[in-house]
Amino acid sequence: MRDLTLTTSDQLKKRHAKETRFQWYGRIAILISLSFLVFMFVAIFFRGAGAFQQTKIGLDINFDQTLIDPTGTGDPEIIANANFKPLITKSLAQAFPEVTGRSETRALYKLISSGSVFELGNMVKENPELIGTSQKIWVTATSEVDLYMKGKIDETISQDLRRLKDRDIAWVKQLQESGVIKRKFNTALFNNGDSREPEMAGILGAALGSFFSLLVCFLISFPLGILTAVYLEEYAKKNRITDLIEVNINNLAAVPSIVFGLLGLSIFLNFFNLPRSTPLVGGIVLALMTLPTIIIASRSILRSVPNSIRDAALGLGASKTQTTFHHVVPLALPGMLTGTILGMARALGETAPLLMIGMVAFIVDIPKGVTDVATSLPVQIFLWADSPEKGFVERTSAAIIVLLIFLVLMNLLAVYLRRKLERRW
Amino acid sequence: MSFKPFAVSLLALSLAACGNSETATNTVKTAGDTAKSAAQSAVSSGRDQIKIVGSSTVYPFATTVAENFGRTTKFKTPIVESTGSGGGLKLFCSGLGANHPDVTNASRRIKASEVERCASNGIDDIVEVKIGYDGIVLANSRKSAPMELGLKDIFLALAKNVPDGNGGTVENPYRTWKDVNPALPDTKIEVMGPPPTSGTRDAFVELAMEGGCKKFGWIKELKSSDKTAYKTLCHTIREDDGFVEAGENDNLIVQKLNANPSAFGIFGFSFLDQNADSVQGSIVDGKPPTFENIADGSYPVSRSLYFYAKKDNVGVVPGIVEYLSEFTSERASGPDGYLAEKGLIPMNDAERNMWKTSVANLEPLSLD
Repeated sequence: MRDLTLTTSDQLKKRHAKETRFQWYGRIAILISLSFLVFMFVAIFFRGAGAFQQTKIGLDINFDQTLIDPTGTGDPEIIANANFKPLITKSLAQAFPEVTGRSETRALYKLISSGSVFELGNMVKENPELIGTSQKIWVTATSEVDLYMKGKIDETISQDLRRLKDRDIAWVKQLQESGVIKRKFNTALFNNGDSREPEMAGILGAALGSFFSLLVCFLISFPLGILTAVYLEEYAKKNRITDLIEVNINNLAAVPSIVFGLLGLSIFLNFFNLPRSTPLVGGIVLALMTLPTIIIASRSILRSVPNSIRDAALGLGASKTQTTFHHVVPLALPGMLTGTILGMARALGETAPLLMIGMVAFIVDIPKGVTDVATSLPVQIFLWADSPEKGFVERTSAAIIVLLIFLVLMNLLAVYLRRKLERRW
Repeated sequence: MSFKPFAVSLLALSLAACGNSETATNTVKTAGDTAKSAAQSAVSSGRDQIKIVGSSTVYPFATTVAENFGRTTKFKTPIVESTGSGGGLKLFCSGLGANHPDVTNASRRIKASEVERCASNGIDDIVEVKIGYDGIVLANSRKSAPMELGLKDIFLALAKNVPDGNGGTVENPYRTWKDVNPALPDTKIEVMGPPPTSGTRDAFVELAMEGGCKKFGWIKELKSSDKTAYKTLCHTIREDDGFVEAGENDNLIVQKLNANPSAFGIFGFSFLDQNADSVQGSIVDGKPPTFENIADGSYPVSRSLYFYAKKDNVGVVPGIVEYLSEFTSERASGPDGYLAEKGLIPMNDAERNMWKTSVANLEPLSLD
């Protein structure tokens, strides 16, 4: 008797220890994955945070009528074709009267971004009343000056190894003393398309490209996916054909996305001659990729609607279609939407299929519709990560932050819909 | 394939067809500009934007020109895709008309086989444009000493098979740079370079590896007797841990060099130019990879960069002539131009003017 108790308590101890040990394995696993996630977020955030600010230089610009619109016509065409560079060079010459000589002045003008000329042009186009006045305008500095202001250029190394020379740094310090060089919120990042100059590059074109692609993707995959799921779940007889279809749909969900890109290339571009590099084709390809996910999610939601609902409706004399569309589908819709949103979130992050259909390209113009050429957010990240200019390092991370925010928002929307609308049985 | 997914794709296709008619109407609208493009849109969907494909080495330069061109002219900004030189020429030569690119960039000259392929698809008049030079550098971190190499050292360190000294070959036995050449430091050979799909790799193999390989008298003779054996020997890079394929992303190689000061990386001059504060190019055959040495051709591992345009698309897609003249203009590819700022090494004045005239006259390509 005594022996028996001893052994039981021994075993009990062992079992308890095993249980605690297992719980700790689980906690450690969670901790490791969480620390990876935190590490990734912190690294991206610290690298990308700088990109939300851009160095600007305050210049007293005289919008000289003789340079912009000599005859005073006010014709927007003439203003658009005017050369705004002399406005900047004159203003710089006034700010630095001691700088003379061709190579010196050229170096001085290089502190200002080559894109600022076009910024001035747009400013005047929108406010023609500026002509003839003198204003303090904050023009964009080049990426090198920007990196210096953010402390990313090592002054101690020999100037031959830096793109920003000692002379340039002295000028920047001079501007700092007179308080006309400042870091401001980087509006270009959100208002511009791609550019070769880091200080002018923005994600608007890519974000709209993603939006149009997802729109096409949604318009195709949502109705098709839902109808397929409803038919297979509510109407189709269970036989070998439907079994085969089910297996195929499950297989399609596991097909690597690049394969859908190749399909898009050979069918939509080469056979149907749809325009290359457009969100229309991108959206169709992404729709093919998302369809199986939506079908599978929708079918499992439909299966979870209790049969009592169907029986009650049928018992009251509703037809099969009435039962399905008046009772079953409305109850399943929140879950279907959740599945669709998660599928779309995956489509938002895809680059591989877009590579094959020419959406991985340098595109400056902002797309206005689904047939305009465009890229997408993850593609923009890929292109910037591969650029030699140092200013793109922080912009790459900034674009990642924006993409992550969109993904988190979409997932939150899915969670919200599920919480808010889902019926539990 | 089962029945249902097939029906699904059919539905998707019919939707896609609707989209196509939409673009067709767009085309008709824009085609009003020129009678020629209206005629073209009858056969295929025309476009009002230049399409450029090709080399990833030329990509930074082509995009810069495209952006400036879009800003300073009334034409739309051209689209530039980075497909690699070979991939670009394949797309370029696949046909005439608006569905095929107008321009392809190449980090090597077009091959006779590619010209034939173009001709078989009706593309007879190709305008060749040389834009400048690019140096390929073998760089290491500034934390270690700069290296002085000969082409022979590069070949012996990186080839799969090396001469054994008795007229035969042996699998590369060298582990350290000192094994290769007693004058070099006693560090492990560790070189990161681009994969075989890259034009940079092609050029490196041809210029540096073959250049060093040829320095052995008997291998040079092999070229005339057995060209295949010669090529295999000179062009094959070792597959052990001495050479690591680091992918097409040159930024990544630069970062890895900073983390591992004893390693070397192979990439284009423009990346060295932008990262001169952290990496340094090795001196090859007594010449450091500087702007001047590449420009005058004394640095041995340098190549010419080109792009090719279709003469038949001039007048069909608006702006091609203007794009060509922007690229060859002094403010773009001159010694003080904005491309030099991006790391392109310009041609000398005489050569530049020669190309400028030939491009302005749209002289067709002749391979000789």
